[in-house]
Amino acid sequence: MGIDFSLIWILIIFFGVMMYVVMDGFDLGIGILFPFAPDRHDRDVMMNTVAPVWDGNETWLVMGGAGLLAAFPLAYAVVLSALYLPLIFMLLGLILRGVAFEFRFKAHEHERHFWDKAFIVGSVAAAFFQGVALGAYIEGIPVVDRAFAGGAFDWFAPFPLFAGLGVVVTYAALGSTWLILKTEGALQAAMIRLTGPLLWALLAFIVAVSIWTPLAHPGIAARWFAWPHMLWFAPVPLLVVFCAVQLLRALRGAPHAAPFLYVLGLVFLGYTGLAISVWPMIIPPEITIWEAAAPPQSQGFALVGALFIVPFILMYTAWSYYVFRGKVRPGDGYH
Amino acid sequence: MFGFTALELARAQFAFTISFHILFPAITIGLAAYLVVLEGLWLRTRQTLYRDLYHFWSKVFALNFGMGVVSGLVMSYQFGTNWSFFSDFAGGVTGPLLAYEVLTAFFLEAGFLGVMLFGWNRVGPGLHFFSTLMVSIGTLISTTWILASNSWMQTPAGFEIIDGRAVPVDWLAVIFNPSFPYRLLHMTVAAFLATALFVAASAAWQLLRGRDNPAIRKMLSMAMWMLVVVAPMQAVIGDFHGLNTLKHQPAKIAAMEGHWENHPGEGVPLVVFAWPDEAREENRFAIEIPRLGSLILTHSWDGQFAGLKEFPREDRPPVAVVFWSFRIMVGLGVLMILLGAWSLLLRRGEALYRSRAFLRATLWMGPAGLLAILAGWFTTEVGRQPWVVYGLQRTADAVSRHEALPLAISLGLFIVVYCVVFGVGIAYMLRLVRKGPELHEGDTGLVGGPGHERQQMRPLSAATDDDLRAAAHRS
Repeated sequence: MGIDFSLIWILIIFFGVMMYVVMDGFDLGIGILFPFAPDRHDRDVMMNTVAPVWDGNETWLVMGGAGLLAAFPLAYAVVLSALYLPLIFMLLGLILRGVAFEFRFKAHEHERHFWDKAFIVGSVAAAFFQGVALGAYIEGIPVVDRAFAGGAFDWFAPFPLFAGLGVVVTYAALGSTWLILKTEGALQAAMIRLTGPLLWALLAFIVAVSIWTPLAHPGIAARWFAWPHMLWFAPVPLLVVFCAVQLLRALRGAPHAAPFLYVLGLVFLGYTGLAISVWPMIIPPEITIWEAAAPPQSQGFALVGALFIVPFILMYTAWSYYVFRGKVRPGDGYH
Repeated sequence: MFGFTALELARAQFAFTISFHILFPAITIGLAAYLVVLEGLWLRTRQTLYRDLYHFWSKVFALNFGMGVVSGLVMSYQFGTNWSFFSDFAGGVTGPLLAYEVLTAFFLEAGFLGVMLFGWNRVGPGLHFFSTLMVSIGTLISTTWILASNSWMQTPAGFEIIDGRAVPVDWLAVIFNPSFPYRLLHMTVAAFLATALFVAASAAWQLLRGRDNPAIRKMLSMAMWMLVVVAPMQAVIGDFHGLNTLKHQPAKIAAMEGHWENHPGEGVPLVVFAWPDEAREENRFAIEIPRLGSLILTHSWDGQFAGLKEFPREDRPPVAVVFWSFRIMVGLGVLMILLGAWSLLLRRGEALYRSRAFLRATLWMGPAGLLAILAGWFTTEVGRQPWVVYGLQRTADAVSRHEALPLAISLGLFIVVYCVVFGVGIAYMLRLVRKGPELHEGDTGLVGGPGHERQQMRPLSAATDDDLRAAAHRS
């Protein structure tokens, strides 16, 4: 038995999608929060906190797709065609909000409101349909003869739609705490006020999903509540409580980076929890990562690149964030 | 749905989304390289007009890049959403190539783009130049990987079929497959040509309007030198590419030439104009030049190459589309060479900047490079049909088994959203171009550039730093 390429690859993809959720999460969150900041200068500031980095954030989504195609082509083929409409809606949302970054500043005064709306609608749609896709994925994808065997509207069901709302709230919380970190004054104060209710909503979703999924899927219940698994996984809910308490305390003082870090913690825990539920399936409920694996020649070749290059990517991404560090102020461009 | 099958809708959607997408990377590749040259010249000569041109074109670049990113995102998912059997069959080969493109190119571009566009006063000049350079190199690396992948679909090599799936056995053979070097050169040069024509047209527009400054003249002159050198080069590369296609995809060449059958002992004519009729297996209304087809493709007076009738009907590409898109591409290429030659004749004195006839022609040729790219891709992609991977998997076997309804919904939405979003985006781009480069734009401390509204809304060249801040607060 040599190196288990499939295992390494699923960890890389797990990491890539995690990076995406965290980074594009706060950046989509800003779009979701736009309705709560009607002032034009506030909106300029909000956008400028992510304008130099949003491309890079979205590249992790492409990485997730390309990694899946390279390492698990069957999963890429089946999952993407099963989630056809939610993914198309997500992509259209990403188009609308992605171009708004440039168009908003190029538009004449009377046209700007249109791109503000496109930014809001696109961000909300992208987040919501990511959640719908996630929910439908957890619900399971029927496969016959290496192809999706369900219907085009299977995702239109309570759990996926509920998961869609959950992701919108999650990204809004990432966005509001990111803005606490990057702004000051009235805008920051408004975001501090928003973060409390968002946190409670986020916790409600985490609790609901934690009850709903084991009830609906005996396999997930067995994974979590069988002894001694329960012991290993017990830290996950405990850490959720810890992050939530710390976050609420941080909001009461003069917060800066702490709220963002605790929300990151919550997102990471929720995401890990879902991975624990689904493991080792890559097309739940039946196809494992090994069954969907690309030939070792493919996985190995791409792995060499990933292991060498990802550290460099992380380095220059960090450098770019460092160049644009600090608070963004109204009327303050990048100079 | 509306009389279309799911396969036709999926093909229409792919053709529509990729045709829109390719326009943006083409300009991105060319402009990124142009920006490297401009910034390099600015650092070396310290002539402010280079810096002014850099700031001007970097705004256009930013808009264009943003549209390229979001339209490209769609492409990277569409292989799975719409062509799942292709992904299952060939993902082991094309997946790692796409993964390398993301790892070595997309992250590089995105990582340094922020500093390039927003970091003029945040990092030193050397580091800024380095960022521009990295973005440009990223665009070229990206071109390399995606063309390796596309070329493998045209001329697959380095693989075995195991359990009905393509398994790579020799990665060098996969990447350097027979058509890759030609296609890579042809497309890269096409991107430079398209950009040069776009830059030249915007300069011509300003000069025709009576706006004349050294920066505008400089960009016209640079673009025309590019055209003079590169347009004839492209013809030579295209010829080699054609010979390569003749060797590996003879049915495509037969369709491009509208060549149905050989007559014993006779050279193949070049069909200048015709309506290829697939049902009757002949050209109608043909205008031909005897033996020229042989001369071009076999470099001999009476050489022969396979005609369409030598391939079973079900293995032939749609002839009329391939035939005509090829002619559009070649026709535009000839016009580009002529425009370049004309510019040489006008180099003495100031004629290049004064001749209204020349400037008008240059303006009209502005979109020619992009149209030629579209026509060229139609030739090669439609010419590959009925195969998705040439000789290995048919397009009809590659498509996801969706019902027509979800495909009609997605195609309809793509058409509406693309036309609105990219239509407006292109309008904004032309609005920027219409303003033209501002002289001494970078003299103030506030080089906002893309993402910064003040620079776009009004000319600020003479204002001081404090005036600008005050103005910004008032607005």
